Amino acid sequence: MIQENQAYQVHKLFRLQYEPAQNAWVLLYPEGMIKLSESAGEILRLLDGERTVAQMIAELQARFPQADTLTEDVTEFLGEAHAKKWIC
Amino acid sequence: MPKSGSAENSINPPLWLLLELTYRCPLSCPYCANPVDLGDPADELSTEDWLKVLEQARAMGAVQLGLSGGEPLLRKDLEVIVAKARELGFYTNLITSGIGLTNKRLKALKDAGLDHIQVSFQSADPDTNDAIAGKRKAFETKQELARQVKAHGFPMVLNFVISKQNIENIDAIMQLSQSLEADYVELATAQYYGWALQNRDQLMPTLEQVRTAEAQVNAVRDSQNGVGPRFIFVTPDYYETRPKACMSGWGNIFLSVAPDGRAMPCHSAALLPLSFPNVRDSNLKSIWYESELFNKYRGFDWMPEPCRSCDEKEKDFGGCRCQALLLTGDAANADPVCDKSPHHHKIVSAAESAAACRNGETLARTVQNSQIIMQTRV
Repeated sequence: MIQENQAYQVHKLFRLQYEPAQNAWVLLYPEGMIKLSESAGEILRLLDGERTVAQMIAELQARFPQADTLTEDVTEFLGEAHAKKWIC
Repeated sequence: MPKSGSAENSINPPLWLLLELTYRCPLSCPYCANPVDLGDPADELSTEDWLKVLEQARAMGAVQLGLSGGEPLLRKDLEVIVAKARELGFYTNLITSGIGLTNKRLKALKDAGLDHIQVSFQSADPDTNDAIAGKRKAFETKQELARQVKAHGFPMVLNFVISKQNIENIDAIMQLSQSLEADYVELATAQYYGWALQNRDQLMPTLEQVRTAEAQVNAVRDSQNGVGPRFIFVTPDYYETRPKACMSGWGNIFLSVAPDGRAMPCHSAALLPLSFPNVRDSNLKSIWYESELFNKYRGFDWMPEPCRSCDEKEKDFGGCRCQALLLTGDAANADPVCDKSPHHHKIVSAAESAAACRNGETLARTVQNSQIIMQTRV
């Protein structure tokens, strides 16, 4: 369960990196790669172990003012990412 | 951006680059997938050659880098190669036997930016391990090394090539992996190319052994509750009726460079009777997009029947070209693992022959044996 007052970071088994050749953010891990959607990339790159989820959502909301309320989408994605051990 | 009309529009860039830095190795495992012809160490590429390959591949979009061999630690410039790769943005995987990986070198590799280390083990039983590896105290060395790898904070994959010699030991293998705190564990039966093909009868477990081991792995997975290593169990394709999607297709995502600079779509491809472009003579971009070799089995137009009209060809690409050559005599044929292949009976009889084989004596992967085999072939 994702807590909005908690800070998360990309798990140390993974490296988050922008790949120009694929025009996408990717998660790299031993002998593998996950190509992220644009929104997944934008969310994961904000995880630094210091920003709380609530702060992160506020930042995303400010950057994408035309988007509807992001809270549900972001926490749902983070929940999946946590279950897959991409973040901790 | 690629020019319109160029081959680059329809061909994916390579995502995976495997550098086989050397075929020299302190071990002599009979399941080795290296070619039987181990070549001449004097022909190995120079440091500058390897760095140039890294630059060219990264510029094309390659992002996963495997550093293997032979034993890559025998290259004194490994740290230089890793540092360059990391600086270019590669995710760097060192695939090693662990022999020669001292604490000092581990630290140097960490400083150079190495991302991950895969350590091979031959068994969880020291005597069996050392007998397969052909080296005394190999197990002891590996076990200590694996602890150091974790202490340095590397993600660690353990690789056990599964064969008759160790398959009944699989519970102990999983326990060892847990105690060494591996992140991932590959429990993969040998792929029968190179030395492993020479030893296929002696190595290939029976179907019953495979099923039992698979059940043991599943039982451990079920008891893990998401804690501990992730176990990956790979069964021999000889017991399948559809081929593996070998390398996700020829010249599709994977590019391998042999110690002497030959560029290949797969590290086993050296056994094909083809002429390989060399990174000493051409740049990787022209090799990948334009060479005859990389275009030879690319896509689907080269396929004969039964692949040509098969509705599964986009899923498995007709399987493995090496296996097709080795078992049917023509690399363009369907991989005989497929039961639509008229040669499928050869796979079945190979499995039967292995099941009947009680003689466990294997041919060791040594320079001497390589020379003997190559002389007999000429």
